[in-house]
Amino acid sequence: MTATVPAHIQLGMTDDEYEAVINLLGREPRPAELAMYSVMWSEHCSYKSSRAWLGRFPTEASWVVVGPGENAGVVDLGDDWLAALRIESHNHPSFVEPYQGAATGVGGILRDVFTMGARPVAVWDPIRFGSLADPHNRYLLAGVVSGIAGYGNAVGVPTLGGEVEFADPYAKNPLVNVMALGLLKRDQLVLSAASGVGNVAVLLGATTGRDGIGGASILASASFDAESGTKRPSVQIGDPFEEKKLIEACLELYEKGLVVGIQDLGAAGISCATSECAANGGMGMDVDLDDVQLREHDMNAGEILMSESQERMLAIVTPQDVDEVLALAEKWEINASTIGTVTEGGTLIVSQDGDVVAEVPAASLSDDAPLYRRPAERPAWLDATWADTAQLPAALDVADAMLRMLDDPALGDRSWIYEQYDHQLFLNTVIEPGNDGSLMRIKGTSKGLAVSTDGNGRLCYLDPHRGGARLVYESALNVAVTGARPYAVVDNLNFGNPEKPEVMWQFLETVEGMSETCEALGVPVIGGNVSFYNETDGVDIYPTPVVGMLGFCDPMPADPPRLDQARDGMVVWVIGPEKPVDFAASAYDRVILDHLGGRPADVDHETGPQVIGAAADLAHGGAPVLHDVGSGGVAVAIAEICIKSGVGVELDNSDWRAWFSESPHRVLAVLPADETPDVGNLPLRRLGTMGGDRIDFGRHGSTSLAAAAQVWHDAIPRRMN
Amino acid sequence: MRFRVNITRKEGLSDPEGVETARALADLGYDEVGEVHFGRIITLELSGHDAATATARITEMCERLLANPVIEDYTIEEIE
Amino acid sequence: MKTAVVVFPGSNCEHDVVYALGLLGADAELVWHRETDLSEFDGVVLPGGFAHGDYLRTGAIARFSPVMAEVERMAQASLPVLGICNGFQILCEAGLLPGALVANRDLRFVCRPVHVLVEHTDSLLTRAATPGQVLRIPLNSYEGNFIAPPDVLATVEAAGTVALRYCDAAGVVDESTNPNGSTNSIAGLSNAAGNVAGMMPHPERAIEDILGSSDGTVLLESYVATLEAGVPA
Repeated sequence: MTATVPAHIQLGMTDDEYEAVINLLGREPRPAELAMYSVMWSEHCSYKSSRAWLGRFPTEASWVVVGPGENAGVVDLGDDWLAALRIESHNHPSFVEPYQGAATGVGGILRDVFTMGARPVAVWDPIRFGSLADPHNRYLLAGVVSGIAGYGNAVGVPTLGGEVEFADPYAKNPLVNVMALGLLKRDQLVLSAASGVGNVAVLLGATTGRDGIGGASILASASFDAESGTKRPSVQIGDPFEEKKLIEACLELYEKGLVVGIQDLGAAGISCATSECAANGGMGMDVDLDDVQLREHDMNAGEILMSESQERMLAIVTPQDVDEVLALAEKWEINASTIGTVTEGGTLIVSQDGDVVAEVPAASLSDDAPLYRRPAERPAWLDATWADTAQLPAALDVADAMLRMLDDPALGDRSWIYEQYDHQLFLNTVIEPGNDGSLMRIKGTSKGLAVSTDGNGRLCYLDPHRGGARLVYESALNVAVTGARPYAVVDNLNFGNPEKPEVMWQFLETVEGMSETCEALGVPVIGGNVSFYNETDGVDIYPTPVVGMLGFCDPMPADPPRLDQARDGMVVWVIGPEKPVDFAASAYDRVILDHLGGRPADVDHETGPQVIGAAADLAHGGAPVLHDVGSGGVAVAIAEICIKSGVGVELDNSDWRAWFSESPHRVLAVLPADETPDVGNLPLRRLGTMGGDRIDFGRHGSTSLAAAAQVWHDAIPRRMN
Repeated sequence: MRFRVNITRKEGLSDPEGVETARALADLGYDEVGEVHFGRIITLELSGHDAATATARITEMCERLLANPVIEDYTIEEIE
Repeated sequence: MKTAVVVFPGSNCEHDVVYALGLLGADAELVWHRETDLSEFDGVVLPGGFAHGDYLRTGAIARFSPVMAEVERMAQASLPVLGICNGFQILCEAGLLPGALVANRDLRFVCRPVHVLVEHTDSLLTRAATPGQVLRIPLNSYEGNFIAPPDVLATVEAAGTVALRYCDAAGVVDESTNPNGSTNSIAGLSNAAGNVAGMMPHPERAIEDILGSSDGTVLLESYVATLEAGVPA
């Protein structure tokens, strides 16, 4: 029995944190107050283990309208168009209940975007699992993808891309990150601050039940163990129909200028929304829980305050506008109730049944959250790991190795995943999933937005600093090949247990590598998410930062490059440095050698930006095909072009390592035979000519295009069906 | 009063959930299972009628909304 | 001539339909599902989405929306009534088209371009097309699987009201080219009079080459032409 375990410990707080609450309030906290502090000061909500370091990211640029700190970052696209961007993780809930964990992850990220005044227009899903050889991982993949499809399609937001990685450390800690983009005109921008004494807090959307009591907050702030099955009741259930009505209602509220401020309810529900709205406006708030519409009977104050019931928003409205807001909610068939009033003085006072159940300084729930500078220590195993380089053979049948790699589920055709997602709603999708970056237009303008999400756990495990840097460059190149220039970054930092010094070291190195690269590119970080405690039975995930890169162009290329536009007779070029040859964390090392070791090559802050600029220029210049060289190196990149275009290729006699090396800063271009890519002083090499029905590596072997296509198409379906 | 409405897909019509579930059961070793059919149970709480009237009203509800008579059959039973 | 495009709670393709019809020079206006007077309109489109969350059954609740009385009136009056995806599901539930749409054979969303073969061209959906024409149109649905009891199916086939069947790029109609298990590969059909039609794939998503295909144009042009021609004497 847990009778002797103190309430604060049960709620996930430490003794020190409990003491801090007592000092802050000058007394012992009431139960409802303790509930609020326990969720608001959880790792997921307070970022207590990471916050001290996130200021390292470069966050400024003249085109940043809203930087980190609000619900979503916002950038200026010119002509009064703004884009809102956010990325979030829903890792722990997705392990417990993959469909709902992923579905509610989508719901949450959409709310973060439309709470800024923007219509959500696209979503991306970088997801990570253990090997598909294990049926449980197949179950998780199927559940997560269904959940994203079921929610995203029904709520009416297209999913334009994402990525998938499979590695053993993710088996018990799958990663489900979701990124959302919204569009708005400048005069629709709305922030969360509650201002104006006497203004009314209106709770909109679904009723409040016991969903996720301590859910996202508690699930995301603790590691799993054998008892994690009992966490199942805490998983929130999403209702995309409710969210769709909420989106339309809110957009109409904004259009009519009816909200002073608005905040979505995510982790820590009403506790978070009320306190943050108040604190952001330097105000206080009186809240009456009796006015909260409940789905279940007899909920106590703590439960109502901690509830993570989905599809709810808190709007701050002037008293004279309240009736119109309620009428609008009724039209859209969503619940609406006035639950509070904005006050002077900064105190959040919560009542139930006529009694005060909580009275705390509103700002203290976020501002006074613990700030931990946990010890960081370079892992003792790192030098040995760097010395353990891949043992490469002297010669190789490249075609044969390539076929084995095309069969890998992370390198093969991912349409099994993305053909479950609507990618066309809103008629803006120009480059669809299955290419490098997505490209979307903004109808009625000449503007184009490109997005890529990129992570690589193995790479960052070997060297988090270089890994973080390389991911930013890779993401930037993935948008540049559409013609867009890298414009803004959001990052999802997925790590293990921060109480371990090695994990904190990985975190700090990653942040540094990413920051240096964003500075080199002149790209601001406008928001991000940190997910710690991705650890089970003492085993941490690889350090897994995921970069969400937004690219922008105006005008868009008239005919953007796509992977299926290679034709007979065209010539394949590789642009960018081919030295050093790099196999650390390569797909070759993983799939063929079943090995992980060596130190990945570093980035080059001179060449990297030049290659990105050259790629964007080529895209605008009408290059039929541009393709980032990533996992699987040049061989896999070329195979993808051939398979999608339905044309074979005859390649030159490079040393076999050139085909599988994964050094950074390279892009393939396929151009008509009479054109040579104009890339200034960048290294440029002709690789071969498109044509025929084989992928021919000369003395290194060849394979029929049909065989390669079959293997590539079957990679995921043959494991999942 | 409480009633249970059992709604099932008409015989002979495509029932992909049923097919898939049968396959899953077979994969798990339950090869004694033949056909599987999916249905839906809706429980209704009613007041203000006797049993006969309630059943008649629920029949109407089924015909109009709760079931699709083109592709579904239904039964109605009073429950505790 | 004006088209009403109905918006139910949960519809999401209405703006795309208005945009696409606009590109064809048609005058289209959004109409909320509680509207009870469509007398100023000459035709109506029920767009794709998830009306009422698809709860209970897809289209089951939407068919009782106040606006549906007007949709039925227009159907009886031989005015053009087109249902796309969710709209098709609603028309079937409303009894304005035969059959029903249920879960896809593979129990997954199917969101990709498919090919459809134009079969009968005396419907509002296909009169501008030619029999045997193969069109590449995006499909995007979980419940796109058309089923009907055998007697209903027989009537449909005998009446020659199947407008579109799933096929491959070469126009071959068979099980392997059927993306969702629809009976007889039926992708779209009309009523006997040809003024009410429904299709699962989204023609409004195949209206500009920059988006991948403009094959949907001929289908929406058929609708617009029917609209412009007015009620046949």
